[in-house]
Amino acid sequence: MSTEAIVMMVVAMVVLWGGLGAAVVNLLRQDTSGEPDHTHRDL
Amino acid sequence: MTTSPPDQQERRGAFSSRRVFILAAIGSAVGLGNIWRFPYVAYENGGGAFVVPYLVALLTAGIPFLFLDYALGHRHRGSAPLSFARQSRATEALGWWQVGICFMIAIYYAAVIAYAVRYTFFSVGQSWGDDPEGYFFEEFLRVEGSGITTEVVVGVLVPLLIVWAAVLLIMGLGVQNGIGASSVVFIPLLVVAFAVLVVRSLFLPGAAAGLDQLFTPDWGALTNASVWAAAFGQIFFSLSIGFGIMITYASYVGRRTDMTGSGFVVGFANSGFELLAGIGVFAALGFMAQANGVAVDEVVADGIGLAFVAFPAIISEAPGGALIGVLFFGSLVIAGLTSLVSVLEVVVSAVRDKLELSRLTAVAVVGGPAALVSLVLFSTTSGLSVLDIVDYFINRFGILLVAVVSMVVLAWFVRALPGLAGHLNRHGSIRLGRVWMALVAVVAPLALAFVLARDFLDTLDKPYGGYPGWMLGVFGWGAAGLVLVLGLVLARLPWHRSVDLTPAGSTSHAANDEEEAR
Repeated sequence: MSTEAIVMMVVAMVVLWGGLGAAVVNLLRQDTSGEPDHTHRDL
Repeated sequence: MTTSPPDQQERRGAFSSRRVFILAAIGSAVGLGNIWRFPYVAYENGGGAFVVPYLVALLTAGIPFLFLDYALGHRHRGSAPLSFARQSRATEALGWWQVGICFMIAIYYAAVIAYAVRYTFFSVGQSWGDDPEGYFFEEFLRVEGSGITTEVVVGVLVPLLIVWAAVLLIMGLGVQNGIGASSVVFIPLLVVAFAVLVVRSLFLPGAAAGLDQLFTPDWGALTNASVWAAAFGQIFFSLSIGFGIMITYASYVGRRTDMTGSGFVVGFANSGFELLAGIGVFAALGFMAQANGVAVDEVVADGIGLAFVAFPAIISEAPGGALIGVLFFGSLVIAGLTSLVSVLEVVVSAVRDKLELSRLTAVAVVGGPAALVSLVLFSTTSGLSVLDIVDYFINRFGILLVAVVSMVVLAWFVRALPGLAGHLNRHGSIRLGRVWMALVAVVAPLALAFVLARDFLDTLDKPYGGYPGWMLGVFGWGAAGLVLVLGLVLARLPWHRSVDLTPAGSTSHAANDEEEAR
């Protein structure tokens, strides 16, 4: 692989997978009061 | 008599937690397109440089539009038509238009999953021999010229029946026990299976050459409008936005859930999986090119050709090919099933809301006819032609068109954006303000309208796929037109008397939402 291609692959990984990691961390740091305390009936 | 919100939630069903909702939303977004469309689109549109327009499209159109869908469903607690009707009675037809599109997609999407089911098993014995292309078209599908036939292909009919049985079982089990529970199992399984496939592909000889082709940047491509259009198109089609799915799923989420934070996770998870797919597919294509002594660009393919012609060839030539085949086609089945369930849920949810049916009755009323039409149209020797035409037209002149129209209507005619932003800001970790409104009202509609206009002119200029005019008229323009007309007609039918259509805008809660947005 050329250096250019390796750099762009790493950039894509950092941006997209890093973005996912950051989004998950952001979500986990928030209050989880939105979680319903039971499964709603669905009949 | 109208029902109170807690009662409605009890009856409609709900995801048991934010985690289940996020997995279900990822399951919907991650579909066949992530695996067989993204790698080719990225390669064709600048390679490594495609990261730039792709990320711009994700952040300026994809995720903002995802928030719009979330806001509608989460605020109004209804299926697509009910949420639109509660937002503004005059916009209900947009919801039914989306429902019609989803019905149309479901009937052909199931057929592709059925192909993948068969090929998962074919991979073990490599049934295609040394001619994967001939095997797929002539022996497996028994494709015969153009036109419509009634000759049934049992090899497609049986797996298609199994797919429909599995999907209707999941739907019948309900929002949490069916859709939610299956996503909790399938999505981690999909990620693990595909990760193993990628690792295996990376160790094949020639893999580096494939990745070199995918990631070598062509910076000149960034000045080409068609590359930007491809990026916006890819993000739009990949995220399952604009045709009712995310509205429906958001209506099943707890009121105090952080929807904007969840949306960022869904958006980046979807794109992250696309990147994984790109790496796996191009590593495998690099191997195939080396094995055949040709350049990688001579073996690059997408869609049906990639999955059912190129990959079988790779499976035949690679050491441990059966494992690659089972992982690849198994991933297609899982990714397809979770997406198909979400598409069909748009229809089931809408019918339930409109007629106040039980879930099982609604699944039978929707799933029965959908399965029947699907089996009749797509288990015959002409199934692939019809599938190709419906897919092309309904994606462009169904999904893309309704997305642009609904954004313009909500932003400019109903003026719904301040209230919707305020609603998400109540519990959202990422605040929406004027920037979000500008993106949804101006940037995203303009970008998608540009993509739509180009596709429209291309389609007028050259009949799609070389099919006969009457087939394009019936299954292409006809199908796209039918769902639009259906939307207008169904919106005129009355709701069950117990359904509360009170616009959220008439409550003090909504006034607070608008205040929050300022």
